[in-house]
Amino acid sequence: MNVAAFSAIVPMACVAAAGLVAMTAEAFRAPGERMPIGGLGFIGLAGAALTMLGLWNHNLTSFGVVAADNFGLFVTGVLIVVGALSIAFSGPTIEREGLPAGEYYALMLFAIAGMMLMATATDLLVIFLALEVLSLAVYTLTGIRRGSPRAVEGAFKYFLLGAFSSAFFLYGIAFTYGVTGSTRLDRIGSLVAAQGMAPTPMQLAAVGLLLVGFAFKVSAVPFHMWTPDAYEGAPPAVTGFMSTGVKAAAFAAFARVFLSALYPLRDAWSPVVWVIAAATMIAGTVIGVSQSSVKRMLAYSSIAHGGYLLLALLAGNDVGKGAILFYLLAYAVTNLGAFGVIALLDNADRPNDQVRDYAGLSAGHPALAAAMAIFLLSLGGFPPLAGFIAKWYVFSAAVKAGYTWLAIIGVLTSVVSVFFYLRVVVMMYMTPTETPARFPPVPRLAGAALIVSAILVFYLGILPARVLDWAAASIATIF
Amino acid sequence: MTFPILTSIVALPIVGALLVLALPGGDDEGAATSRRTALAVSLLVFAATLVLWSRFDAGSADFQFTEHHDWIPAFGISYFVGVDGISLLLVVLTAFLTPLALLGSWESVHRRRKGFCAFILLLESAMMGVFVSLDLFLFYVFWDAMLIPMYFLIGIWGYDRRVYAAVKFLLYTMAGSVLMLLAILGLAYLHSTTTGVYSFDLLKLYAIRVPDHLQFWFFLAFTLAFAIKVPLFPFHTWLPDAHVEAPTAGSVILAGVLLKMGTYGLVRFAFPLFPQAAVFFAPALGTLAVIGIIYGALVAMVQPDLKKLVAYSSVSHLGFVVLGLAALNAQGVQGAVYQMLNHGVSTGGLFLIVGMLSDRRHTRLISEFGGLKKGMPHLVAAFLLVTLSSIGLPGLNGFVGEFLILLGAFRADPKMAAFAATGVILSATYMLWMFQRVNYGPVTNEKNAALPDLLPREWATMIPIVALAVLMGVVPNLFLRPMEPSVNRVLARIQQQVPARVRVDRPADHVDALADAAGAPAARGQVAQAEGVR
Repeated sequence: MNVAAFSAIVPMACVAAAGLVAMTAEAFRAPGERMPIGGLGFIGLAGAALTMLGLWNHNLTSFGVVAADNFGLFVTGVLIVVGALSIAFSGPTIEREGLPAGEYYALMLFAIAGMMLMATATDLLVIFLALEVLSLAVYTLTGIRRGSPRAVEGAFKYFLLGAFSSAFFLYGIAFTYGVTGSTRLDRIGSLVAAQGMAPTPMQLAAVGLLLVGFAFKVSAVPFHMWTPDAYEGAPPAVTGFMSTGVKAAAFAAFARVFLSALYPLRDAWSPVVWVIAAATMIAGTVIGVSQSSVKRMLAYSSIAHGGYLLLALLAGNDVGKGAILFYLLAYAVTNLGAFGVIALLDNADRPNDQVRDYAGLSAGHPALAAAMAIFLLSLGGFPPLAGFIAKWYVFSAAVKAGYTWLAIIGVLTSVVSVFFYLRVVVMMYMTPTETPARFPPVPRLAGAALIVSAILVFYLGILPARVLDWAAASIATIF
Repeated sequence: MTFPILTSIVALPIVGALLVLALPGGDDEGAATSRRTALAVSLLVFAATLVLWSRFDAGSADFQFTEHHDWIPAFGISYFVGVDGISLLLVVLTAFLTPLALLGSWESVHRRRKGFCAFILLLESAMMGVFVSLDLFLFYVFWDAMLIPMYFLIGIWGYDRRVYAAVKFLLYTMAGSVLMLLAILGLAYLHSTTTGVYSFDLLKLYAIRVPDHLQFWFFLAFTLAFAIKVPLFPFHTWLPDAHVEAPTAGSVILAGVLLKMGTYGLVRFAFPLFPQAAVFFAPALGTLAVIGIIYGALVAMVQPDLKKLVAYSSVSHLGFVVLGLAALNAQGVQGAVYQMLNHGVSTGGLFLIVGMLSDRRHTRLISEFGGLKKGMPHLVAAFLLVTLSSIGLPGLNGFVGEFLILLGAFRADPKMAAFAATGVILSATYMLWMFQRVNYGPVTNEKNAALPDLLPREWATMIPIVALAVLMGVVPNLFLRPMEPSVNRVLARIQQQVPARVRVDRPADHVDALADAAGAPAARGQVAQAEGVR
């Protein structure tokens, strides 16, 4: 075995190494001593970014189960952005609440490594392995505020339901193995295709169980119950991280499995995904309308956005596959920005995460309010922001594939979703308040990260051509 | 390479908005400079549009000053702008009204003036973008982007129920437009199935023939978006709220320009892209328009609030515009485009005057006023002229548009024209009655006795409005001539696909007759006869 055989895993190895160093550093840290552990994360992510660029277009495979194809690398890139922004937004929370920085960053970096593995894995067992790596890290991060009953409740729910869904997923793998005798995606694909037209009950069971497993991870309705509680209990930066990173990794694997290996069974799973996508878009939006907590509102919004991604996945054509990638990036930048603002407003004595807490923010913190408005409008799909291009891309895919009704549901739910995004904008800009909530000052790093996200939101909205080309090139290498 | 004048017109307000935001001083201290800067920028834009008009070749139906740059090549999306006779005039109207709107809210906006000026300029840019876009994707981007500044203008600087009105405005218009987005995507996809490549280029999409069953769905999706924006009865319920709660500048721009986007969309996109569906649905649109004319007028009549009255009068007047378009003949469509401009001038003027009254008295209830003529002769004189222009008195702008529309409607369906003509009578009734109650009679309320007359700043808003109203009434050909080839081209395209139903003839005959009638005293008799119909 030569060195080149390892190249496909170098990006995640960089991140994992940074995680290990962070954990070690924590062990040597005297109580109260400040260490720039977050900086380690940036170094690891920078290494991952460099190797990712080096691997681009080379289509290398390690051990036959990890493929650094452009699809996986694009998602790796999204995850690097997610990681960098999440680390930047974590600082204030860690400082204020005295969280163990080393553990926190180490868990986050391990989760990123797991996500990267999940996005590039081409074997069901490796996907499962990656899923567990990232899930265990994220369960712990959700409950890292040990003193908060809400955090514990959220983490516990997330853990129980997550473990439950892992079992489904594992069963799906077992059935798939039983049907085809392999866990490698390429072999599964060719064997399923060779087994003829009418799907057997065993095949259906395999597909169904895998579908449930993925649906849990992307929090599709009706497997979304854990999402609001987990999102509410976790520190804001972690919530942003979960809602974008976990989603990106899970959708990458979802697309890889269902659009390559299980594509021959498309007639069997597409009606189910149709219903799930419709239910996810509708339920995520409608329940989101009645939330009074911004974090819960964004949790339901993230469920609804999962529905749009499912729509792109269902469309399954070249436009749809590209749309998944672009959407993941646009959503990651936008949503992390929004959670970044929430993280910055989080005060020691008061979380400031209710919609009414935002009253008068535009007077107290004009820049933060403007940034939040930009992110929310982008989530709502207004041009010229990233969210508009992303939605437009998804709906083009749906129209092209003939899913007109689902596209109509999609655009209408996105109008309804605008209603709840606007509630926050109304609070920030149009509701005068006598007793403005006290907001802490903005640390430099987090402020810079907010500016970067806002610029990216505009960039992806106004000049998307280059990134769209990358996304299109990424799907050309596989499927 | 020629100078990209259209891009400058679209981009200049954005640059101005950034400049205003970057000005030193807080949101309140920086106020004086910020509004002066914004006014200067908007005047500069107006000057640019006048240059555009002077260079415009009125004899050609083609799109002029076109600029074409690839934007998202993979999907055939490009930055493609250009103007023809129809959009040229709307661009000029937009640039004309924006400085007036800024002047109209000069004193009444007290808070966050910097933001206010920036949003007005951003709004201007988006409106310009809507009128000059020749790429459907680009058009949709501007169409939707425009909602945001308007939303903030109503929501932050509006009156008591501003938040409700702002959210209602945004959700209503957005709900209409998202289905249009799907139809646009469907069109682009259709283009790819027939030619192999995606395209959002309007001229290329004009060239494909949309299958019948799709035409109907696409037409409905487009028309829903435009009908909400117009607003056509029964999609008008957002309008009174938005108008009443918006600050003066918001109302002026909303009535003057935003509503025109709906009718502009019909004549630029919905009709020529889907001619068969347009012919099929034209009677239905005409019927809704007539209902809107009469309903809007009747509701306007009983309004106790000046602003609400003007808002409902807009529903009625825009009904005329849609009626003219639905007539699908040269007089009707020309009259409709002309009436779009008229309505912008006269209703813009009315909202400015209502703004002046409400600045002085902090109320807009008709019953609070009375006998204003004694204290404020100049303001009342301007008010009278604008009112008469809105009613459509011959010699002022409103007459030309309504006359052409009724002429066109009569040729398409005499019954509709007959019903619509009652709207002319009703509009005279509610406007004059309102005018009488506000301005004549004894001074019933002490507070009305000592109100100041027109201030210099208000003179500056009223003179252009009144001058333009007279100019458009006396020399309509100045405005009709450039739009004529473009209007004929739209109709020719419909006729080409649906030969039986559309008549394209020499509209210039009627136009000339009308111009003579309006201009020469000897021909007044004809006008009086036409007036006799009322």
